[in-house]
Amino acid sequence: MCLVRHTMQLNDIMKLSKSIEEIRSDFPILSTKAYGKPLVYLDNGATTQKPEQVIRVINELYRTTNANVHRGVHYLSDRVSERYEAARETVRAFINAQKKEEIIFTAGTTASINAVAFSFGERFVGKDDEIIISGMEHHANIVPWQMLCQRKSARLKVIPFSDDGILDLESFRGMLTGRTRIVAVAHASNVLGTVNPVREIVREAHSHGIPVLVDGAQAIQHGIVDVTDIGCDFYVFSGHKVYGPNGIGVLYGKEELLNEMPPYQGGGDMVASVTFEKTTYNDLPFRFEAGTTNFTGAIGMAAALDYLSALGRQAVAEREQALLARATAGLSSVGGLRIYGTAPDKVSVISFLIGGLHPYDTGMILDKMGIAVRTGTHCAQPLMERYGITGNIRASIAFYNTDEEIDALVSGVRKTVEMLA
Amino acid sequence: MTLNKIQDQIIEEFAVFSDWMERYEYLIELGRSLPPFDETHKTPEYLIEGCQSRVWLYPAYEDGVITFTAESDALITRGIVALLIRVFSGHTPDEILGADIYFIEKIGLRENLSPTRSNGLLAMMKQMRLYALAYKSKQER
Repeated sequence: MCLVRHTMQLNDIMKLSKSIEEIRSDFPILSTKAYGKPLVYLDNGATTQKPEQVIRVINELYRTTNANVHRGVHYLSDRVSERYEAARETVRAFINAQKKEEIIFTAGTTASINAVAFSFGERFVGKDDEIIISGMEHHANIVPWQMLCQRKSARLKVIPFSDDGILDLESFRGMLTGRTRIVAVAHASNVLGTVNPVREIVREAHSHGIPVLVDGAQAIQHGIVDVTDIGCDFYVFSGHKVYGPNGIGVLYGKEELLNEMPPYQGGGDMVASVTFEKTTYNDLPFRFEAGTTNFTGAIGMAAALDYLSALGRQAVAEREQALLARATAGLSSVGGLRIYGTAPDKVSVISFLIGGLHPYDTGMILDKMGIAVRTGTHCAQPLMERYGITGNIRASIAFYNTDEEIDALVSGVRKTVEMLA
Repeated sequence: MTLNKIQDQIIEEFAVFSDWMERYEYLIELGRSLPPFDETHKTPEYLIEGCQSRVWLYPAYEDGVITFTAESDALITRGIVALLIRVFSGHTPDEILGADIYFIEKIGLRENLSPTRSNGLLAMMKQMRLYALAYKSKQER
């Protein structure tokens, strides 16, 4: 998987620092029984479970270190502000950004993309300008750009992709014009699992002087993401998809671009001085963090990133690849089953349909066996349309899943076929 | 048979099942036994849009009672549709509007009542009641 391979570091050991039993006991929810059966959680693409190490930090914060950040002169406020800024540094190091000021905390991926679409759009996008996205985007990386296009009378262009789920870079190159203002693509597709060649996309776009936003919601949890290596101008992701709490996310943006962009929300903490006649704005990153931020979320997310780093991110990715291969082989052996997304470079996401069976029926029956998958359009309706389907079933795998769970999915699918066909 | 008698009958039928699997197997069976739907009624007018499965519901009003026929593209939803039709179909608008629907909860399908499940069950019931209301007001005019 390129996501990992090209940025592999020597000091990244390939072996997880804990046994799978130890890992599973870190995640209390994994011992849940669903309808009396052991829960098989394969909906990690929707949200990931949280290790004790994250839960403990959040709990401890409210018990010992709760105060508003950046506002007080007092002991607690100082301590929590320090930890909030330490969390920013953790994120910076995790994605290898150059400066801490380039890390902005938001409510999540959706909030981050909306922030860029609004703020970047205000400054740089005008009538008849063009914005490029891909055909495999999540609605979160479609709708904010559509709204921007509507506001500015700009145009949205869409990079097509092959049946395998591979972006057509030839078409992409042809789309770049003097009117293109920004390119926004997923690092990994939430349905197909495809890892897109974001470095190459960035290189192409930059050769025309066009900035690129990479939606990392489905990539950040699967290995090593290095924004300096990718070269992208914006990188966005959510805390809850990388074993952290929900309601927190990251907007990485290059300093020189962020400095050019107007704030998108006004309020406390984002200002330098306020009079009723004129307000001057604070510096980065505070300019983009209006109001009381989700500091517990940020510190909790940093704990999750620390957890992954200690486990070994390369090893996490390799374990997930092994589980993906097992799931792919197992599901492929089920008669009439079609996998959507067969690119060579994939994160551990596997979407499928079985013959004429309705995904909803399949999902309902798997649920009754204790197997959690997602069914439907996965917030990617244009992608479904591209394949001429109304939805499918998605199993998304995390490093804490086991071979036995993958086998349970495959036999569950077989049983479902027996019941429904 | 009164609407409540039918509900009680369904509850009795489901009482023999000891686990979820059997209940869903029965639902699937019911889904298969749903009488064929007149294809000409498969139009947007009769479509109830659930999030994941689509349901078409067609009402006919004759001799003071409403007869429902329906279709869905998902089998389990068809099973639920079959149960709803069994309960509501063949009753007067007043009976339908005054009905207290308790069987869904009693047979362990309560989760399907949650709006987040989006299988259209709630929307289906609402639509059946709306038709009943429409025929009732027509009757009174």
